Amino acid sequence: MTSLSYAAPTSVDAAVKLLAGASGLAKVLSGGTDLLIQMRAGRFKPELIVDTKKIPGVIGIREENGAFVVGGGTPGAVVEAHAGMTKAWPGVVEALDLIGSTQVQGRCSLAGNLCNASPAADSVPALYAAGAIAVVVGSNGRREVPVESIPTGPGRTSLAKDEFILEFKFPARPARSSDAYLRFIPRTEMDIAVVGCGISVTLDANGVCTAARCSLGAVAPTVLLVKEMADVLIGHKLDADTLAKLDAAAQAAAKPISDKRGTAEYRKKISGVLARRVAQIAFDRASGKATGKTH
Amino acid sequence: MNYLSGDLKVVGTRPIRPDGVEKVTGRALYSADTRVGGMLWGKILRSPHAHARIVSIDTSKAEALKGVQAVVTSKDFPEITSEVAFVGEGPMNFRDLSDNVMARNKALYEGHAIAAVAATTAEIADAALALIDVQYEVLPHVIDVDEAMQPGAPVLHADMFTAGVNPKPATASNIAKVVTFKKGDIDAGFAEAEVIVEGSYTTKPVHQGYIEPHACLATYNPDGQISIHASSQGHFMVRAYTAKLLGLDMADIRVNPAEIGGGFGGKTLIYLEPVAVALSRKSGKSVKMQMTREEVFRGSGPTSGASVTVKLGAKKDGTIVAAQQVLKFQAGAYAGSPIGPGCMCGFAMYDIPHIDVLGYDVVSNRPKVAAYRAPGAPISSFAVECAVDDLAAKLGMDPLTLREKNHAVNGTKTHYGPTHTNIGFTEVLQATRAHPHWKAPIAEGHGRGLAVGFWFNIGGESSATVHINEDGTVMVATGSPDIGGSRASMGMMAAEVLGVPVSKVKAIVADTASIGFTFLTGGSRVTFATGMAVTQATEKVVEQLKARAAQTWDIPVEAVEWKDGQAFPAGTNAGAFPPLDLAAIALKQGRTGGPINAEVSVNAQGAGAGFGAHICDVKVDKETGHVEIIRYTAIQDVGKAIHPSYVEGQIQGGAAQGIGWALSEEYIYNDKGQMENPGFLDYRCPVASDLPMIEAVLVEVPNPRHPFGARGVGEVPIIPPMAAISNAIKSAIGIRMEHLPMSPPKIRAAIDAAG
Repeated sequence: MTSLSYAAPTSVDAAVKLLAGASGLAKVLSGGTDLLIQMRAGRFKPELIVDTKKIPGVIGIREENGAFVVGGGTPGAVVEAHAGMTKAWPGVVEALDLIGSTQVQGRCSLAGNLCNASPAADSVPALYAAGAIAVVVGSNGRREVPVESIPTGPGRTSLAKDEFILEFKFPARPARSSDAYLRFIPRTEMDIAVVGCGISVTLDANGVCTAARCSLGAVAPTVLLVKEMADVLIGHKLDADTLAKLDAAAQAAAKPISDKRGTAEYRKKISGVLARRVAQIAFDRASGKATGKTH
Repeated sequence: MNYLSGDLKVVGTRPIRPDGVEKVTGRALYSADTRVGGMLWGKILRSPHAHARIVSIDTSKAEALKGVQAVVTSKDFPEITSEVAFVGEGPMNFRDLSDNVMARNKALYEGHAIAAVAATTAEIADAALALIDVQYEVLPHVIDVDEAMQPGAPVLHADMFTAGVNPKPATASNIAKVVTFKKGDIDAGFAEAEVIVEGSYTTKPVHQGYIEPHACLATYNPDGQISIHASSQGHFMVRAYTAKLLGLDMADIRVNPAEIGGGFGGKTLIYLEPVAVALSRKSGKSVKMQMTREEVFRGSGPTSGASVTVKLGAKKDGTIVAAQQVLKFQAGAYAGSPIGPGCMCGFAMYDIPHIDVLGYDVVSNRPKVAAYRAPGAPISSFAVECAVDDLAAKLGMDPLTLREKNHAVNGTKTHYGPTHTNIGFTEVLQATRAHPHWKAPIAEGHGRGLAVGFWFNIGGESSATVHINEDGTVMVATGSPDIGGSRASMGMMAAEVLGVPVSKVKAIVADTASIGFTFLTGGSRVTFATGMAVTQATEKVVEQLKARAAQTWDIPVEAVEWKDGQAFPAGTNAGAFPPLDLAAIALKQGRTGGPINAEVSVNAQGAGAGFGAHICDVKVDKETGHVEIIRYTAIQDVGKAIHPSYVEGQIQGGAAQGIGWALSEEYIYNDKGQMENPGFLDYRCPVASDLPMIEAVLVEVPNPRHPFGARGVGEVPIIPPMAAISNAIKSAIGIRMEHLPMSPPKIRAAIDAAG
C-alpha cells in the first residue's frame, strides 16, 4: 500500500535526472543517520531515495595546493582519520567527532549534517567558521556557494529539488591559522548541542589576530555566522578585555528560544562562555601553544 | 539448616554468568524476539490529549481496511468493580488497571490507550490506527502535584473522596489518600530542640529506563486455551492480571517468561497482554505487540514526582530529637503512588524519639506510576539527607559524625511500627569512615557529599524444584524471572548444598504451568526468598541421595554423611564402604526408588533490611552549571554476597540510575500536558562517559533468616545518590540545590542568583 524507490546512481548526471524526475518527495541519502530516523518517526514519507555514495567524488578527501576537497558524503570517521585535515582544520574534525556515537560517525557526513539544516548540528558552525565552500550540482550545472548560504531555516535549505552537495572546499591555510569547536550538552556525549560555537583565526607573529570567522549554533533558526564576534577579535591579542568583548558580542548575537534543551537566558550566557573558551583554544592552536584534541 | 559459619566453596565466588554467552551473541530471546507463523501485528491508538472525555469511537473505517483482522476498544473488556489487586507490587486496583489498559470513558493522560488493532503487517496496523475516528471533549488538565491538590484543580475522578481523613470529604478531589506515621510527641520534640533546620524539595517523575520496551505474543486458541510469551518481573502476575481483566480462568492461561531486558519495578504490572489476547480472540490469530520507546515513555509508568518538606530539630551536641516530613506524591492518573514506603523510609535510618510524617497520594494527568527500585524511598530520603547535611553544617559537625551519633541500631523502634533487628548499619558507617575515599583530601574546587539510605527488602512466596539428571548433573527450576542474576545465584546455592561444581547445575525460569506460584521479582526478594526455596529443595534432594546410599549399603540413613558431592559412611561403625558420588547414585536412581527430585514452596519471612552509604565527589563548572562526578563510592550491607560480581553490578547500576535522577532525568511537558521528550535523546539517562567507575564496597553482616545470610541488595543503592550529589554540590559551591534534576541551567541560575 506504500511504495518507496531506492536508487544508487554512479554519476552526478544520473542522480540529478532521478531527482528532477521524481513526481513525489525525493530525498538525497548520504550516510542516512538523520534521514532513516526521520522516516521511521514518520516525518517524511519519500517516494524516492537517491543514494549518492556511489558517485565518484562523493566519498574521499584530496589535497590541492594546501586546500582540501572533502566529498560531501565522506563519513565523519574518514575525515577524523585524515592527517592533513586534522592538522589544518582541527575544529572541523573535532566537531565531526562530537556527532552521535562512534557507530554514527562511521556513516554521518558533512553534506548530510549541513542539509539536515538543524541549527544544533555540530559540524555546521565549524564549517561556517572555516569558510568552507559547498560545490552544488543540479540540472543547471555546478555552482560553488559559501556553506552559510545553504540552510535557510530548521529543516530547510536553499537547494533546489534536483540539487545536492557533491563536495566541500576548504581553503589553503596561511601560517599561524587554526580553528576550534565546542558545544555544550548536559551529558558528555550522545546528545544535541544546547549551544555550539566555532571559531577560526589567523594570527600574526605577535599573536595579534589578523583574520577571524566565528559562528554560533542552536541559538537561532539557523547556525549564525557572527561578524560582530570576528570584529572583536581582529586586530587584537586574546587578552582579558578581548575575551570580555567577545563574550558580550556572542551573547548579543544569540537569539535563542526556550525549549526542552535549555532556556533562552541560559543559552545566551553559554554562548558567551563557549565563545571565550573556543577562542582560547583556536588562538593556542594557531600560535602553536596547543595541538591535538581538546575533548 | 544454615551455612553461615561453613566453609563455602561456591557461594561467594564469581563464576561466569550462565546467561552471558546468549546475551552477548544476540541469541537470547527477549519479549520482542518471539514470532510464530501467521501472526498479526497489534498496535495501540493513544490519546493525544492529557485529559478528555471520549465522546465516541468509530472503528468502521479501520475494520474495513484490507489486512485488518481485529479492532478492540474498552467494550471488549469486561467492566470490573473496584477491587484491590491480590498480586503485584504496590497498590493497584483492578478497575483502574483495566481502565489504564484501555480507557473506558475518559483519556486521563497523553498516551492513554483508546483502541487497538491487529493487522497482517505493522504498517497496515499503523494505517488502521489513523482511520479510527475518536471524538474527544478536551478537558482542563493538571500535571504538577501541588497544583493538582489546589481547590478548583481539574478533577480526574468524580468518585475520588480522600481516604484516611475523618469525616469523609464532601467533594471529590485529586487527593486519593492521606497517610500519617507518628512516634513520640513532635511538639515536645521541637520544644526540646536547640537547633532547627527546614527545607522544601521537589523531585521529578523519572522513568525506569529499561532497555527492552514492553512486548508480548499472545495466542487465543479455539478451545479457549491461551499462551502468552512476554518478559515481565512476574509471569504469575501477568497470568493473574490478564485473567482478571478478561474474566478468564487462570488455568486457561500459560505464560512463558521471555528473557527480560531490565524492569527495575516497571514490569511489575501489565499494559499489552490483555489487549493482545483480546485481539487474538477476535481475530483467531496469534497477535504480537511491542511498544516503541515513545510509547514506553508516554504510556508506561515512571515513578512519582514529589514535593516534600522536612524539618529537623537537634540538641547542640548533635542529638536529633524531632523530625517532621510532609510528602506529596504524584500517583499518575490513578491512585497508588509509593507514598507509604516513602513515608516510612525517610527517617528509618535514624533513632529519633519524636517523628511525624504526613503523606498525600495525588492523581494528575500523567501515566500511572509503576514501581521503581525502592519505590518512594529515594524521594523522601533525598529531602531528609539534604536536611541532615544542613543540620550538620549548622551544628558545625562532620556529616558522618552526625549520622554515627543518630543512626538506627538493632532495637531502634521505627516510626512506622517495627523494631530494627539484625541490621548492619553500624558496620556500614564504620566501613564508610575507614574507606580511603572518605579520608582522601577534597581537591581544590571539588565538593564531597555523603548520604545514607534504607530499604526494607521483602520475602514472600517462592517455589523451586531440583532434579537430579541420570548422569548426576542437576536442574534447578524456579518461578522467579531472572532480572539480576538469579539463575547464577540459584545454581550456586544448589551447588553449594550438593557439594558439586556450579558447572554441573543448570538453573532455569519455569513457566506458569510448570512450577508452583511464585510472587514477582521485586522488593529485592529473589535471592532471599527463592534462594531459600532452592536451598530447602536441594537439602531434600540430599536427604534422598543419602537414603539411596544407605539403601545400597544396607545401613541406616542416619549413618550416611553427605560431603563434597559424595555419600560417606558416617564413621567406622557404619561400615567400610567406598564413597558413592552423585553421578553413581544418579545412574542407579531408577533402580533405587525412582527419580530423585524435590519441590519446595515457601512464604519466606525475615528478609533483613538493607542500609547503604554513598560518598560522592563532584566538580562544578560554575560558568555552565555542569556537574561532573569525579569519584563515587557506594558502601552497603549485603548480608552475604552469593555472587559478588552481580551484587556489585546491582549497586553500581542503582547508583548510576540515581545519578541520572539527580542530574539530568525529567519529563518535560508542554502547556497541553503532552510530553516533549519521549526518547533517550532528550530524556537524559547518564551515558557511560558521564560516570566514573563506581566503587561498590560490600559489607557482609549475615542475615540469620537466610541459609547463606543473604539480604536483598537491588534497591538500597538508588536511594542515597540524589542527596549525596546535592550535598557534594553544596560542598563545592556553597549552594543548596533543592530541586531535581540539578541540571546545568538550574545550577547556573542558582550561582547567578547567589551573586
